[in-house]
Amino acid sequence: MTARDKFVGAYTRRVEDQRLLTGKARFVDDIHLDGMLHAVIVRSMVPHGRIKSIDVSQARVMPGVHAVFTGEDVARMCSGIVPTLPLRLSPIPEHVPFQQTVVATDKVRYVGEPLAIVIADSSALAEDAAELVYADIEALPVVSDWRISARNEVLLFESLGTNEPVTYTAQKGDAKSVFGPYVRRECFSIQRHSAVTMETRGLVASWDTVAQKMIVYGVAKVPFSTRRTLAALMDIPVESIDMIEVDVGGGFGVRGEFYPEDFLLPFSSRQLGRPIKWVEDRLENLLGSNHSRQMECELEIVCELNGRILALRGEVHIDSGAYMRSSGAVPPRNVAQFMSGPYDIENIHIESTAHLTNKGPIGTYRGPGRFEADFFRERIIEIAARELGIDPIAFRRMNLVRSEQMPYPLATLDKPHKAEDLDSGDYQITLDRCLTEFKWNDKLPLQGKLIDGVYHGISLACFIEGGGGGIRENARIEIEDDGQVTVYVGSSNIGQGVVTVLTQIAADALELPMQSVRVCHGSTIYLKEGSGSFHSRSTALGGSAVLLAAGALKDKIREAAAAHFQCAVSDVHIGRNLHITCGEQSLSAADLGRMKLQAEHQFSSHHHTYAYGAAAAHVTVDPGTGKVELIDYFGVEDIGRIINPLTAKGQSMGAVVQGLGGVFLEHMAYDEDGQFLAGTLADYLMPTANDFPQIRVMELENSPSPHNPLGAKGCGEGGIVPVGGVLANALASALESLNVQPNSLPLSPARVWSLIHE
Amino acid sequence: MNIFFSLNGNNVEVDVPVRTTLADCLRHGLFKTGTHVACEHGVCGACTVIVDGDAVRSCLMLAVQAEGCEVTTVEGLTPEVGLSALQSAFHKHHALQCGFCTPGFLTTAHALLTDEPNASKDRIREVLSGNLCRCTGYINIIEAVYEARTAYAKFGQ
Amino acid sequence: MKLPDFEYVAPASADQVVKLLASRLGEAKVIAGGQSLLPTMAYRLAQPALLIDLKNLAELNRIVVEPTGVVLGARTRWRDIEDSEELKTGHPLLKEAIIHVAHAQVRNRGTVGGSLAHADPASEMPCIAVTCGAEILVLGSNGERLIKAEDLFVGPLMTSLAEDELILEVRLPAWPADRRWAFKEFARRTGDFALAGVAVFYDLNEQNLACNVRIGVAGAGSCPLRLTNAERALNGQLVNEQTIQAAAMAASEQVEPLSDLHASAAYRKSLVGTLLKRALEEALNRNRLDCQRG
Repeated sequence: MTARDKFVGAYTRRVEDQRLLTGKARFVDDIHLDGMLHAVIVRSMVPHGRIKSIDVSQARVMPGVHAVFTGEDVARMCSGIVPTLPLRLSPIPEHVPFQQTVVATDKVRYVGEPLAIVIADSSALAEDAAELVYADIEALPVVSDWRISARNEVLLFESLGTNEPVTYTAQKGDAKSVFGPYVRRECFSIQRHSAVTMETRGLVASWDTVAQKMIVYGVAKVPFSTRRTLAALMDIPVESIDMIEVDVGGGFGVRGEFYPEDFLLPFSSRQLGRPIKWVEDRLENLLGSNHSRQMECELEIVCELNGRILALRGEVHIDSGAYMRSSGAVPPRNVAQFMSGPYDIENIHIESTAHLTNKGPIGTYRGPGRFEADFFRERIIEIAARELGIDPIAFRRMNLVRSEQMPYPLATLDKPHKAEDLDSGDYQITLDRCLTEFKWNDKLPLQGKLIDGVYHGISLACFIEGGGGGIRENARIEIEDDGQVTVYVGSSNIGQGVVTVLTQIAADALELPMQSVRVCHGSTIYLKEGSGSFHSRSTALGGSAVLLAAGALKDKIREAAAAHFQCAVSDVHIGRNLHITCGEQSLSAADLGRMKLQAEHQFSSHHHTYAYGAAAAHVTVDPGTGKVELIDYFGVEDIGRIINPLTAKGQSMGAVVQGLGGVFLEHMAYDEDGQFLAGTLADYLMPTANDFPQIRVMELENSPSPHNPLGAKGCGEGGIVPVGGVLANALASALESLNVQPNSLPLSPARVWSLIHE
Repeated sequence: MNIFFSLNGNNVEVDVPVRTTLADCLRHGLFKTGTHVACEHGVCGACTVIVDGDAVRSCLMLAVQAEGCEVTTVEGLTPEVGLSALQSAFHKHHALQCGFCTPGFLTTAHALLTDEPNASKDRIREVLSGNLCRCTGYINIIEAVYEARTAYAKFGQ
Repeated sequence: MKLPDFEYVAPASADQVVKLLASRLGEAKVIAGGQSLLPTMAYRLAQPALLIDLKNLAELNRIVVEPTGVVLGARTRWRDIEDSEELKTGHPLLKEAIIHVAHAQVRNRGTVGGSLAHADPASEMPCIAVTCGAEILVLGSNGERLIKAEDLFVGPLMTSLAEDELILEVRLPAWPADRRWAFKEFARRTGDFALAGVAVFYDLNEQNLACNVRIGVAGAGSCPLRLTNAERALNGQLVNEQTIQAAAMAASEQVEPLSDLHASAAYRKSLVGTLLKRALEEALNRNRLDCQRG
């Protein structure tokens, strides 16, 4: 096969598209099963309170209602104890007492917390009945921010004596005792926001009473983990549960974790012996799907006068919401461990504390803890550079980790003890490429100038993004009777193009056309075990598993063919389209299929990969309205190996725009009374086509990762990481003459105006 | 309530409760699940269908208000075989990732290009700003719609 | 967020609509485009027992441009205003304002009458109505009456309409060909509700001084408001940098906006002044040719 024929590395249109373009996709709300009922969750409108009683008597007798279950009912049906949701990622014993029950029991701790589930003939009827569920809740004082939480005067868990489940410390060297000629401390903050996928969450749970089997549709991200958790919570064998992944409308970290509904739906289905569908409405999605990003950081940088960073130290306070749940431990641990980003800093001491508040619980959202760390760190670097009179590019360049330092140790985290190394990379290359493509020198004369009533500013930030998490992935490849090849993989499709990427890898490895390869992903019916899609791992781990399974399959083909041809294994030739020859003899792919040939492989890696890059932005600021226009944005990322340039670029672009939404628009705001203010999409604002039309991204593959056979570093999240830092710094540059320091996100027009005028 | 209208060129009759939106009627009454519901309060555009030639948010229309109308959904924009020019352009330009918002973009773009086959990129962006996408960052969508203009200009415009 | 249940009727005449409203006082709501009503019902903030659909009232679907003024039937859609050739010269301020209403899909269904009845202080149509001194013709059990726009809006989402009254049409005064005007709105994204919006027009007398100055604001209070202090700063004056500045300052001082998730009161006050300044600058530079081109 000539290089020209390879799919890997070529712009490859997606195999997923046909059904998505023609209205033939199958998202969970598209599922209609015979006898299917509909569930609606009754949710607390009180942010913090003691439940005195829940009266469901009127709801139960509404037309079309089949059942209403409260915490009391669930407890009774679960041997007296309402199950608790475990943390999936980085769990430590400290978290356990702060976990959420699948439905509220004695207290409610956030607006949106489930109080009961109503099951009826239609969701409209269930909603009608839900309005008649009366919860008598004695309101308690509201812990509305981390400072109030930290006083430990009003406790979310009275018996635990604290609102702080955990403080992480990331350390390197001896930051506390470092002195230097320049020391600068500053406070930064980021507002609460999160993924807000276009498709809200949803599930169809179907309990087959005869077969004693549970089928759940609508899972995503980590179906095997979800299955294990559900089995444990329902006290049924893992093998009795099938988790089926259908089409999924975006994940970004938030969909697919184990939420209360992931128990309540299967539980209810088993009680009623009927399939039940639940689809989150948009208000519920904004209230109750994992929140993220809200942090305050006091960061201190110690430098030489020439700009060499000597130490980075500080504290981060995470507004974790009402419970520790699902992936909620990751943002606090990440922001501490990755505060240094791509910079060579010998002395680091960052403490990050999770604080419980009466808000929706947090979890991971694209680039968790890293978007935050980048904002904090790039801001203080920019401040330091300005105050030291050093060119901000030169400052960064001088401090970047050098390629000869790889593998480069980051700060080590405690709880659990985790060292972390940057795997490979030449950060100077991406910095230089960014400067060139952005046309930094051409734009520099505009810096800080007021032209036609607007101020111009440019800035640049460097970043790393971790990928390849989760240790292992499984793939199995089978040859079918008709010569087609089916690849079963544990990776999940969340719309990111993984099916196409894995098809490319398999097709190249087996020298087949793409149409001959079918990828079955995510559902637990395909493999005994799988890990899923999170932490930018599907290509690095899933792809590697597929690649190695293909290699194992070829070994099996050679052996089977040798036996069939009665020749030596080394004389067997595997040609294109799985046309097997040995001298005059041959076998077709269909022949191989009839021989039932298949191979399985589990790829493991205990090392994370690190994509890296740089991003630059040019903004204008209208001092009258506070409006910031993004004139140009350029981001470059080395992702180790570009399997599909088309989809890799799509990931980058989408990630950048989400980041811009976080910088300028999105805010899951609460008032001091714990009431949620962003319950519509007219309040929670996301980017539209008209907001950021000028964005350019580029992917490189100069530094493959040594940690997987593809060299892939993952590319789903990097684009979002630098956005906060680079935009805030561009704004600071634009308004330097007015001494504006944008240290808090979002940079809404009102806030920018206030920084200028107040 | 019995409602009669034309759906993708075929006369249909459906019996739904009067409070059913056109979106839910299409999806659960007629099982045309290509139209998606993502907010139910008229902001995101995922539910956009074409009624008597106009792109409308089907979550902000009662099914009964479609009585006697000609309704076109994404299924109606799809040829018997393959993809339409607009759909092909989306495919070529990677203008979709999870695909949940895509039907709403297709109907909106189709209505726009039918009326304005010479729409500029700025105009396309302006009109499509009423549809939210969380995955793509929009630029590929604009490119796709811009390229598809030629197909609309061909036929008698 | 499925809709709460309701009865539905689509009567054939305005009289029947009024009879129905009167028979179910307080329980019935009129629906035209539904672009404001249905979202509030989806959130169950409104749960009318009866919806009265105006879809069969074809007579309410009209745009008339005459020397005496412009008449818009209550069922006139934003799309109809956008498509209207007559309104290019008949009422260019209205046409410009309407472009800012939400998005194309909403403009294909949303109506003039619906917007006036909904009375969102940040909406464009109420602001235009108040600025231009429009009159709204309504029909009730006691017959027809004309309500001045400034008397129609009494609070956020509140009108002076009786529960049995239906808006039939809105009448805008005639628009002179050489009038100076501008509409400036600032929203966080295209199509969002205005953080503030300003509509302004004036004529020039023989001495080239401004007269008939009218300035209205949206989104800066509980109702659309005429900025009378700013009008006084310009009336009888030469429109130049100084008088524009004075008008802008007067506007900022006069408004009493609220703070919300999107903007503080202080910001909105400043924004009103900034928008008025820019609107007046645009109006100043808008020449006769522009008026005719539309």
